[in-house]
Amino acid sequence: MPQRRTLVASAIVVLLLALLPLSGSRYAVDLATEVLIYALFALSLNVVIGFTGNISFGHAAYFAIGGYACAILLTTYDWPLAVSLPAAVVLAGLVAAAVGYFCVRLTQIYFAMLTLAFAMLVWGVAFKWKEVTGGDDGFTGIKLPAMLAHHVGYFYFTLAVVAAGVAALWVICHSAFGLTLVAVRENAVRAGFIGVDTRRMRWAAFTVAGTFGGLAGALFGMYHRGMYIENAFWTESANVLIMVLLGGIYSFVGPIFGAAALHLLQTFTNQYTPYWPTVLGLILLVIVLVLPDGLIGLAARFKAHRGARRGRT
Amino acid sequence: MTAMLSIAGLWKSFAGFVATRDVSLDLAAGELHAVIGPNGAGKTTFFNLITGHLRPDKGAVSFEGRDLIGLPPQKIVRLGIARSFQRINIYPRLTVFENVQVALIAHEGQQWNLFRPGRSLHREGTAELLELVGLAAEAAETAGELSYGKQKQLELAIALASQPRLLLLDEPTAGMSPQETAATIASVRDIVKARGLTLLFTEHDMAVVFGIAERISVLHHGEIIASGEPDTVRNDAEVRRVYLGEHGGHG
Ligand SMILES: Nc1ncnc2c1ncn2[C@@H]1O[C@H](COP(=O)(O)OP(=O)(O)OP(=O)(O)O)[C@@H](O)[C@H]1O
Ligand SMILES: [Mg+2]
Repeated sequence: MPQRRTLVASAIVVLLLALLPLSGSRYAVDLATEVLIYALFALSLNVVIGFTGNISFGHAAYFAIGGYACAILLTTYDWPLAVSLPAAVVLAGLVAAAVGYFCVRLTQIYFAMLTLAFAMLVWGVAFKWKEVTGGDDGFTGIKLPAMLAHHVGYFYFTLAVVAAGVAALWVICHSAFGLTLVAVRENAVRAGFIGVDTRRMRWAAFTVAGTFGGLAGALFGMYHRGMYIENAFWTESANVLIMVLLGGIYSFVGPIFGAAALHLLQTFTNQYTPYWPTVLGLILLVIVLVLPDGLIGLAARFKAHRGARRGRT
Repeated sequence: MTAMLSIAGLWKSFAGFVATRDVSLDLAAGELHAVIGPNGAGKTTFFNLITGHLRPDKGAVSFEGRDLIGLPPQKIVRLGIARSFQRINIYPRLTVFENVQVALIAHEGQQWNLFRPGRSLHREGTAELLELVGLAAEAAETAGELSYGKQKQLELAIALASQPRLLLLDEPTAGMSPQETAATIASVRDIVKARGLTLLFTEHDMAVVFGIAERISVLHHGEIIASGEPDTVRNDAEVRRVYLGEHGGHG
């Protein structure tokens, strides 16, 4: 069971977020919706990065599959949301399982390159399969249930789904499975000698990541009422990767902070200058040079420093 | 009596260098068996071949009647063979407690449980094993920060967590202080006897070897040049010439 402190803290965060629409600011509500979606996306990627120690460079693929599938099922096939959303998530998970089957045979840079290659294939399908996906015009005009058509309704829906998704990921990452994954990450050879099939563990982690990435993508598509091939492009994979690194890969909540920080920065930067890529480059520099374990690592160091100072006085 | 572990005509070479040359060995259940030999004799390679870390070029290995050749380490562990490593092989950034806990989780097949909190599992079993190898006080420490000797004890605890019937220890006391060596050997013998395990171990300390081994095999250039009871091996002229002579040879 999660510690009471964790539960209470999470409940407070969800409650505060739930109060946000009272501010009356549409801008704030939309921004919060986006941050929530990216937080789930980044957390899902960290199951592969933080928990198996392999960098995936193609996580946008599952985001896009979830987004497109949900959009197409809702709109082209007129399926209800209660079916479309789970179906899209399952599809993203199945594709992740198929891709992961091959990727987990490799590690390190070869693993990263293979995930990138598969993600580019997914992008290619979204681009070429025009009748179904809309090609480079994008898939627009997603039909949403009336309840979710209003931005506040959609915010609450996102908040509920993301909270459930984060809770599920929390349970998985802290389970016996999650602890064993950490052992595999730390020393795969030793993990083999205690009876763990390390490749299958990494395969399962990859599938879990893709499944929740698909959920984030489905939320994203519905929020924007459209999916575009850029959402499947490798730059999206890089973006979520930076969110994870910025937040900190060795902590469960790190990627949430990374996603929030990066998305807010991007939004504000875009209001003042068109040079977001340059700013992003600077952020990367900062991560590599001064924040190797992300914002969470910085917070931990700050706490240790304060503790040490208090200890001296 | 049929052997618990039966090895016949095992060969392994690395790029033309023969590290294991036609090795055959039978191990009876409950036997405490030492493999000795000079550095580079092929002892670790021999262990790697048995436990699935390496695949032999030729030969057969069977455990309780089951053919082990071609099985990966994780399957061999599940059949009841666990090992420790000569070169420390732990999870250096996890706590001492977690190092053992994960091994118990894996032993119970719980690594596929996505719901039960991992850290709440096998707390008693883990504490008992740490107590057994004398690491109870270090449970919360980061494994990689333990002294070398204590990391070796942790190796032992991890191996025991897999509840093996056959235990392979590759130089369990290498790098330990004399006190640590004595304590470790005493506890290994007690554990093996209490649990009715079969033990195959390598060791350079001849006092240790002759102190606990019931049978000894001597490897030299990848080949077994003598195998038998300690007294027979001790007095073997060839063994004295290639190995014991240089080690002083006293028991
Ligand atoms: N993976 C490998 N690739 C190439 N050569 C190897 C490999 N493993 C072992 N060897 C060689 O095989 C020989 C036997 O090595 P091994 O480690 O089995 O000896 P050992 O008896 O355990 O020695 P020590 O007492 O030093 O532990 C050595 O010459 C070693 O260099
Ligand atoms: Mg060796």
